[in-house]
Amino acid sequence: MAGMTITEKIMAKHSGRASVSPGENVWVNVDVLMTHDICGPGTIGIFKEKFGPHAKVWDKNRVVIIPDHYIFTADDKCHRNVQILRDFVREQGLIYYYDPEFVKNEPGMPNPYIDPTRTSYKGVCHKALPEEGHVRPGEILLGTDSHTCTAGAFGQFATGVGNTDAAFTLGTGKTWLKVPPTMKFVFHGQIPPYLTAKDLILAVIGDISVSGATYKTMYFAGEGISSLTLEDRMTLTNMAIEAGGKNGVCDVDDKTLRYVRARSRIHDYDVFRDDPDAKFCYEQEWDLAAMEPLVAKPHSPDNKDTARNCRDVKIDQAYVGSCTGGKITDMIFAASILNGRQVKVPTFIVPGSTEVHRDMKQLNLHGRPKGPGEKSIEEILIDAGCRVGPSGCSACLGGPPDTFGRLQKTEVCISTTNRNFPGRMGSAQASVFLASPLTVAASALTGHITDPREYVSSPIETGMAGVA
Amino acid sequence: MLDIIRGKAYVLGDNIDTDQIIPAKFLSYNPSDPSERKYFGMYAMDGVPAGQMGLPDGNIRFVKPNEFKSEFSIVIGGRNFGCGSSREHAPLAIAEAGVRVVIAEFYARIFFRNCVNGGYLVPYESPERLMEITHTGDELVVDVKRNLLSNVTRRTEHKLSPLGDVAPIIEAGGVFEYAKLAGMI
Ligand code: SF4
Repeated sequence: MAGMTITEKIMAKHSGRASVSPGENVWVNVDVLMTHDICGPGTIGIFKEKFGPHAKVWDKNRVVIIPDHYIFTADDKCHRNVQILRDFVREQGLIYYYDPEFVKNEPGMPNPYIDPTRTSYKGVCHKALPEEGHVRPGEILLGTDSHTCTAGAFGQFATGVGNTDAAFTLGTGKTWLKVPPTMKFVFHGQIPPYLTAKDLILAVIGDISVSGATYKTMYFAGEGISSLTLEDRMTLTNMAIEAGGKNGVCDVDDKTLRYVRARSRIHDYDVFRDDPDAKFCYEQEWDLAAMEPLVAKPHSPDNKDTARNCRDVKIDQAYVGSCTGGKITDMIFAASILNGRQVKVPTFIVPGSTEVHRDMKQLNLHGRPKGPGEKSIEEILIDAGCRVGPSGCSACLGGPPDTFGRLQKTEVCISTTNRNFPGRMGSAQASVFLASPLTVAASALTGHITDPREYVSSPIETGMAGVA
Repeated sequence: MLDIIRGKAYVLGDNIDTDQIIPAKFLSYNPSDPSERKYFGMYAMDGVPAGQMGLPDGNIRFVKPNEFKSEFSIVIGGRNFGCGSSREHAPLAIAEAGVRVVIAEFYARIFFRNCVNGGYLVPYESPERLMEITHTGDELVVDVKRNLLSNVTRRTEHKLSPLGDVAPIIEAGGVFEYAKLAGMI
């Protein structure tokens, strides 16, 4: 029997077969299905149309619903959509639902978002899924969102699907998948202090293009990946879709297991590793010491350049947020540069989740509980002149015109998000540069694109932030 | 599924992403509500930038203002058609505007899957770079049985790549219909 990759082993196990090989179509059992406020209503509609008005979901312990996209807006259709989710959750008796209680099913702005700890609202689904213990090594996670691939950082198969696929899985617990061939990206060395995983993934996407991994698995390996925090690994797998990838995956190590043990209620899962003779359709090696802080220029995530080369680009706005760049470690990266300084352009900070926001209030610059007289991460950012908004997707995908941080005209924005297609952050006339939180923070200070090496010399500690 | 699909071509370039096909600001419409669903037709391709709308001219709207249907029923694209988000609203919007078939060099995976599983569009792939030799407005005929595209305006014929292992799902009309035929549900 030929050697298998992690992804092949997960698919074999879930299709009840001893082995699978790339190109085969298999029916698999799904462990967890996630949907949100944008695709949930359509999914629920198809589910009821196809399985009947009284149909029940295949397993109410395996469906997770996380409203996150259009929450802080006066658009009443958005609130109506959240209400559709609520009704479905009640009718089906679903357990894992994270309601923005402050959003009422009525026109007008929702009540102000004050204390996230008093609501079950979570924020961006891809950040909330691991926080709430819904990701585990060896499992299959489907979500009605293309960045569902984020969870591959935990050694599982996770991918985005549409409403019809999700409705089918809701009723049957199954889906068909074509087994993808695996591309292997090996990173040598330790991550230097001026780089984050964002630079690594922009390098890879710039190298293979926005379609370079179409239909394929992107496997990130090597000691460079082990040296990353789990949150930074999530940045890598998150953007697998930006290269067209079906999924992204990392090896499971102690960091993964520590995270999952702290969060998951289920402790029975498989840790798969590549066989020594596993086959890869592509292999590329990267030396972290030789890599530089990068940006993706407008209007494509593969339009890569070094931050250094773009120093003449003036910016109008900076944005730190999203499932890619709104994690607590991203906030620490940004704050470590902004600490004690003042931003020159409007700088919008959007925590990826309410947990991230809570940690921003409670942790210090090194990711440890802040002591008396110490500033919290949020205080550092606000003192530097940043505006901190409520957690959620916010302007990452533009959203309704009243969305926090949305680009309205011809602004040039540098952002820690994942896509810079025309119109992605709002106005189709605006230009977005994608970069790491370090590069975004350095650029916010100078008003033009700036290599973070001008500000970072020593390693940035993040402690146990984001883990437990 | 129809065997012969006729209509006028609407030509687009490479990397047409789902934000161009249906911009995020329209996603609050619920596709399961017929009175809202038709708006996806109205706003289909609304995010394609000026200069790229209907090649080679680049300034032809896919759907005229305040209309729900397009005069074009076959979309021709380049590489990586449908990249970006997983929103099924994208193939749905194109179909809602009256299109039945899209022909591109290759697709982003989730878009392709949504076309097939939702039964919205026949997503053909073409070995030729049709976007460079087809003009928006050309009269086209797609013969699904023979995997053949005829450009009536230019009197040319082009082979399309066979639909391959998803053909049975497309023929059935989507994944639900396919699973029913297979006795799975
Ligand atoms: S933060 Fe952005 S990329 Fe992530 S789920 Fe929300 S809209 Fe999508």
